Amino acid sequence: MSLVTRLTGPVVIDIENITKDYVMGEEVVHALRGVTLKIHRNEYIAIMGPSGSGKSTLMNMLGCLDTPTSGRYEFNSKSVAEMDDDELAAVRNREIGFVFQTFNLLPRSTSLRNVELPLIYAGIEPGRRMERATQVLTDVGLGDRIHHKPNELSGGQRQRVAIARALVNGPSIILADEPTGNLDSKTGEEIMDLLERLYERGNTIILVTHERDIAAHARRTVHLRDGLIEMDHAGFIPELDLPIAEMTST
Amino acid sequence: MKRFLYELSESWKIAAAQMRSNLTRSTLTALGVIIGIIAVTLMGTAVNGISIGFDKSMAVLGDDVLYVTQWPWKPVDDWWNYRDRKKIKTEYAETLNRMIAATPNSNLVIAVPTSNFMRSIKYGGNQVNNVFVLGTTSDFIVTSTIDCTSGRFFNELESRGGANVVVIGYDVADALFPSENPIDKSVLINGQLFKVVGVNTRQGTFLGLFSWDSMAAMPLAAFNKYFSAKSDSDVRVKVKDKTRLADAKDELTGLMRRVRGLPPEKKEDFSINEQQAFKSTLDPVKNSIAIAGLFITGLSLFVGAIGIMNITFVSVKERTKEIGTRKALGARRRTILLQFLIESTALCLLGGFIGLVFAYLMCFGIGKAFPSFPIHFSVGLVLLSMIVSIFTGLFSGFAPAWTASRLDPVAALRYE
Ligand SMILES: Nc1ncnc2c1ncn2[C@@H]1O[C@H](COP(=O)(O)OP(=O)(O)OP(=O)(O)O)[C@@H](O)[C@H]1O
Ligand SMILES: [Mg+2]
Repeated sequence: MSLVTRLTGPVVIDIENITKDYVMGEEVVHALRGVTLKIHRNEYIAIMGPSGSGKSTLMNMLGCLDTPTSGRYEFNSKSVAEMDDDELAAVRNREIGFVFQTFNLLPRSTSLRNVELPLIYAGIEPGRRMERATQVLTDVGLGDRIHHKPNELSGGQRQRVAIARALVNGPSIILADEPTGNLDSKTGEEIMDLLERLYERGNTIILVTHERDIAAHARRTVHLRDGLIEMDHAGFIPELDLPIAEMTST
Repeated sequence: MKRFLYELSESWKIAAAQMRSNLTRSTLTALGVIIGIIAVTLMGTAVNGISIGFDKSMAVLGDDVLYVTQWPWKPVDDWWNYRDRKKIKTEYAETLNRMIAATPNSNLVIAVPTSNFMRSIKYGGNQVNNVFVLGTTSDFIVTSTIDCTSGRFFNELESRGGANVVVIGYDVADALFPSENPIDKSVLINGQLFKVVGVNTRQGTFLGLFSWDSMAAMPLAAFNKYFSAKSDSDVRVKVKDKTRLADAKDELTGLMRRVRGLPPEKKEDFSINEQQAFKSTLDPVKNSIAIAGLFITGLSLFVGAIGIMNITFVSVKERTKEIGTRKALGARRRTILLQFLIESTALCLLGGFIGLVFAYLMCFGIGKAFPSFPIHFSVGLVLLSMIVSIFTGLFSGFAPAWTASRLDPVAALRYE
């Protein structure tokens, strides 16, 4: 079922018939079983689905952290399968911004140094690094927290540092795997406001979530089930986007 | 290139932060390297000292002097062939000098006779036993590196006249004249009074090898007058050009055959030696000491390296998730490799540095406590042990760093 989506710009992500198998001894787990998806510049997509449906696997694939067992993947019209390790690292560094459920900040480094990290890997000189990181931190509302370490920040602030880190190299897309999963609903809403602002400024955002409230922020919703796309539609349609359990019972 | 430099400095910062936050662990691990470096450095200074001691002793012999002796300066299996050789007589020196003067373009400069035996020397209530007493001519100073701190070597007049004068070594002077100036004092050797005209510059002894410090030299004529002819005699011959030592040796062999009146078919009944012969017997000894010593102490450094390797593996394991995060943010394999290599290297360098400081203090202490112990701390050694530390770090960090760089990013991120 594919409802019309808002076509905004050039295609950033183009995957076709992607599968991913995990071999566990005798058993083979089919985490993805043929997923086809096109994502344009400046889309805001929520990926939903029950636990174990393959959402994180798909995100890792989109983020060039993992390679598919079969299928075609083009990122900005370049085939990911043909990239070597260094090229993949470069794509992750410059084109993709990751936001993790568990923040994944370096615990002993200040906000500033955490945000500087992708700039170091990009070979930006120290002066510009500092300037840019400070600016992005100010943008996410942490201008007065740049010298704090993660354990001196609240959960919401930590996630904002992580978002600043994802943004700092000006990536084509932001991938967020349950960014509010470890936050209370009020702080979660603050993070969603931040993402909304980024979207309005022209960023492309892909978000994995369980929560309907969170998914309601997206402009397009993709439902995964058992490694397959079950639904892919524009906006958030309360009747369609029921939790799977409720849907199957109605 | 620029990126490499940034990553490098970043890695150093991480390494420093890592050491600071795991201070106890880092210190304990570095301890292995500290001990290793102390052991290797101390052994290095000892080997260095032994080597310098050997060379000093060798220098006494002079590298441009040939020695005509009954016995060769190397171990011989057929000693019986040498035992019955005629003794070397001091008169040969004069004959040789006449021949040298008569040879145009001779490679030899001068022949100097020496006779020696062991005697005790007395002055007042003080006595030194087993002094190597040498009878020679005033030409002796031409063939030797001998120097006088005070006074002078005996002159030609005293030499020819067989005057009762003596030049004594530093240690002898020190023992006989603890608080007096020895010059012009008379010492007793074998019941005869000799006037001290000079004291040699201190040379330092090593393993009882040659040293002027425990010697005394007097004119040969006086030596022969008072002491039985049972002493051993050699003739030493100064060479004009030490780069042509082989030619000089051939020439001297020819002259000595004429002196001895040997027909062409007979083998030589004397030996001609040079410093090199001694060196080639002693060098293997010196080298085996060095190799054995450095190998054994190297083992302790190896144990230290294993400790570093172990801790780096632990560090990689602990920070698996961090490695995953870094990869997700664009760290390349070599970035991660570099980071952990630098961590292990920084630890080793720190250990090496501390070890070096300790080793230096110990050397200093040993040098103060036992001045004669051959220990020698040099800048080269400092550089060498720093380089050894770096290589130890690279060696011990490589396996863990390689493992870290190869981690699958997804698996690393999932790691709990
Ligand atoms: N490294 C792995 N080895 C083996 N099986 C794996 C591995 N990673 C994921 N899987 C399996 O693949 C399937 C999809 O996992 P995935 O993490 O993508 O689910 P998800 O939709 O993100 O679930 P959740 O909402 O609970 O995070 C699951 O059945 C999981 O057990
Ligand atoms: Mg997941």
